[in-house]
Amino acid sequence: MAEQRRINERLIALIGLGVVALNYPIVGLFSKKLLFCGVPLLYLYIFSLWFLFIIVLAFVIRKRRSPPSTPETGP
Amino acid sequence: MPEWLILLISLVYLGILFAIASYGDNRADTGRSVISNPYIYTLSIAVYCTAWTYYGSVGRAAATGIGFLPIYLGPTLMAALWWLVLRKIIRIAKVQRITSIADFIASRYGKSALAGGLVTVIAMVGTVPYISLQLKAISRTFTFMYFYPALEQLQQQPPTIWHDTAFAVAIILAAFSILFGTRHIDATERHEGMVAAIAFESVVKLLAFSAAGIYITFFLFDGPFDLFGRMNGSPELGRMMTFDALPGGYVNWFTLTFLSMSAIMFLPRQFQVLVVENVNEEHVAKAAWLFPLYLFIINLFVLPIAMAGIARFGGNGVDPDIFVLMLPMADQQKFLSILVYIGGLSAATSMVIVATIALSTMICNQLVMATLLQIPYLRQRDLSGLVLAIRRGCIILLLLLGYIYYRTIGESVGLVSIGLVSFAAVAQLAPPLLFGIFWKGASRRGAIYGMTAGFLIWAYTLFIPSFAGSNGAVASLLAHGPFGFSLLRPYQFLGLDMFDPITHSVFWSMLANLGLLVTMSLMDHQSTMELIQASLFVDVYRRSGGPHIWQGKAMITELKKLLARFIGEGQTERALQDYGRSRDIELSAGMQADTDLVEFAEKILAGAIGAASARIMVSSVVKGEEISQEGLLSILDETSQVIEYSHRLEEKSRELEEATKKLQRANLRLQELDSLKDDFVSTVSHELRTPLTSIRSFSEILQDNPDLDHAERQKFLGIVVKETERLTRLINQILNLARIEAGQADWQMRDIDMVELTREALDSTSQLFSDKGITLSVELPDQPVILFADHDRLMRVYINLLSNAVKFCPAEGGKVEVILRHEPEGVRCEITDNGRGVPHGDEEIIFEKFHRASMAADGNPQSTGLGLSISRHIIEYHNGHIWIDPSMSVGARFIFFIPFGV
Repeated sequence: MAEQRRINERLIALIGLGVVALNYPIVGLFSKKLLFCGVPLLYLYIFSLWFLFIIVLAFVIRKRRSPPSTPETGP
Repeated sequence: MPEWLILLISLVYLGILFAIASYGDNRADTGRSVISNPYIYTLSIAVYCTAWTYYGSVGRAAATGIGFLPIYLGPTLMAALWWLVLRKIIRIAKVQRITSIADFIASRYGKSALAGGLVTVIAMVGTVPYISLQLKAISRTFTFMYFYPALEQLQQQPPTIWHDTAFAVAIILAAFSILFGTRHIDATERHEGMVAAIAFESVVKLLAFSAAGIYITFFLFDGPFDLFGRMNGSPELGRMMTFDALPGGYVNWFTLTFLSMSAIMFLPRQFQVLVVENVNEEHVAKAAWLFPLYLFIINLFVLPIAMAGIARFGGNGVDPDIFVLMLPMADQQKFLSILVYIGGLSAATSMVIVATIALSTMICNQLVMATLLQIPYLRQRDLSGLVLAIRRGCIILLLLLGYIYYRTIGESVGLVSIGLVSFAAVAQLAPPLLFGIFWKGASRRGAIYGMTAGFLIWAYTLFIPSFAGSNGAVASLLAHGPFGFSLLRPYQFLGLDMFDPITHSVFWSMLANLGLLVTMSLMDHQSTMELIQASLFVDVYRRSGGPHIWQGKAMITELKKLLARFIGEGQTERALQDYGRSRDIELSAGMQADTDLVEFAEKILAGAIGAASARIMVSSVVKGEEISQEGLLSILDETSQVIEYSHRLEEKSRELEEATKKLQRANLRLQELDSLKDDFVSTVSHELRTPLTSIRSFSEILQDNPDLDHAERQKFLGIVVKETERLTRLINQILNLARIEAGQADWQMRDIDMVELTREALDSTSQLFSDKGITLSVELPDQPVILFADHDRLMRVYINLLSNAVKFCPAEGGKVEVILRHEPEGVRCEITDNGRGVPHGDEEIIFEKFHRASMAADGNPQSTGLGLSISRHIIEYHNGHIWIDPSMSVGARFIFFIPFGV
């Protein structure tokens, strides 16, 4: 159960980081009329972060285990 | 392109959908589900991507740059919480047989029909414009296909045909929804065929959009870098690389992220596919990252397409919303154009199908049935046919409403703003739902008042103003406020004018919604039903049963009749048989149903007509009373008292254990002390007995032999005196040590000169040195060394150490060296002899009581064995320490060090 709680905590931390990284003022740092490797800096930042978020999310959630399903009162 | 061809293509596509859906349903009927895997589940969630995504994203990107992204970043962030939140909602929905989001909220707040109705109204008002948005997209793209390739005619000819296509599409979609959404009334209300079709549509729209993106980016232009380069080159487009092009800026960005976070879970169609259609809650784990990946991929080409469209049609009057279709068309790519059109069709139809099915269930159960069942006559009828008819009617009604909305005002509003208005409406459902599953205290009244206030503010500040383009009265309301009260202008409510309209509306409505929900819940007393439902929802992982609400009994025949009226004879029979089998009981018609069975029947019924209505119906056949408030409270109390009691017991036993451990430790220590005392007493008595024995024996000799000669007598008396002295000394030292150890010694601390003290000590022992002929070498500092100490006791230490040194020096050629050093921290004294030294390993032991190095030498004790022990106590009292230099090979060197400034 401690392992499960750890996964939940990681997920909450992940979403917290995501919200911070994708909002003012952090995104403001990349809001520049600038091409980086041929791609607008802001887009590059948001899409890379997006992809990274998905990878980390997949990695964190890989270790889950469902709590035992409670029997319903009906069948 | 001829009309018949486009129609044919569209119909063939829809035909494929029908085929897939009926295949899915058939498989489900035979128990071999096609949708029971996380990939189909993920694709069904992608119903989130509607025509808004498919066409509208490009339009928004062309106008605002990154403005299209928060709608997809929000769901990505939210997906991280699915494992916690969504899984709990699914579990609750399965246990409670929830069939829609309205049912969920109604059920949570004491099966309140009012709450369910309210949610239904909010969802409906929020969804109808959204449906009209899809119809608009279908009919517009149809028209473009129709005029293709002679698109310039489009501008000249008033396209009347648009409306008719929208209508035709609405009819076909209604047929699909009715066929696959309302086939029969099912206790679980799942539609496998529909989900299969939706998943297929998600694949089609992703492939079509990506194909268009790849073609436009790599074949029409020289790859994304070319397009980004053009963007960078133009000052106009360059603004879109930053936040400057986004109206409302960072605040708007945040609001859209927040809205889409709630939309991905609480839009009626999302709730339908995420919760109601979920087969296995394990699927959530994979979907939580696969679905964000889907969003990521479908958004990759949005910006390049927008830039390509501007480069190709910039200033040509082409609506950016259809760039993705116009670009292949303008390049005469017939096949690709058709593919893109089909993709758009799939995006739009999937949304309409799921939304109408979800809403029709809600309207039927929460609004229509809840009202109809108030009529006593209807409670006695067979209603299964009626329920289906109502649902089918609702689907037609919804599509009709969508069509009418589209005809009246849909033309004047852009794709995206309609979608955002819907999102803001649905966000009103987030607080009662999320608070409801984590906080037992959230009350029915709090939820209802909160949602009502939020909904009214939303309508006033966002929904009504959306008609401004087609209605003069609304436009004047926007400009001057109602009756000229400028303080109440919808976009600057109470003078708040720092936000864009969406943020402004979300701020006020959420403030009212959350504020009322929390404050009213805190003041409320919840009813029995609310308490039960709250604890069933919040503690869904912990409870298997929960307290029984029904105390009375019902006849099984009556329950059966009741169920049959809503879900049909066959289904009723099957459900009851399953129930009997799972509990190993034979259900015969004449039996009385116990509370478990009554609750089971209520849940089955809730699956068909909603929790609120089911409760009314079951109460009509159950004889006896619902459990009273006091009864329930006592059940809940008893449980919590038992838990509390066992908690306390655990704590007590932990405390006891600890106390036992402490006692054991204390006992051990006592035993040690006891044996120490025994040792001490036996040593002391031994020490005392030795001189006593010799005194006694010499005294006896003197007594028994009165004629002993004088010299002999003198000698014996001398021994007696000497032994008595030794006895006195011994007793004095024991007393001394005991006093020091007990901390009762009277210390006379003052400033003394250590050099002086050393000289005194050497003077008083000089007789010993000269008696044994020992060479003494002394090394003292020139200056006095002042120390705050007890003079007499330090003197005792000196005398003890010096007499020891003398004692152990060899009879011939003995040497003793005394060195006193003034060191920065204190004074250090070394006393070295050249005797036989201290055996290695004994450096510590010799400081213990009654340890005597001399004993081994000749068996005749030369000292009491307490001297070193006393010395150590004295030195330690002065915060110093005393030890033996272990490196000496010949002789022994005692060192003590006393720091200054005690």
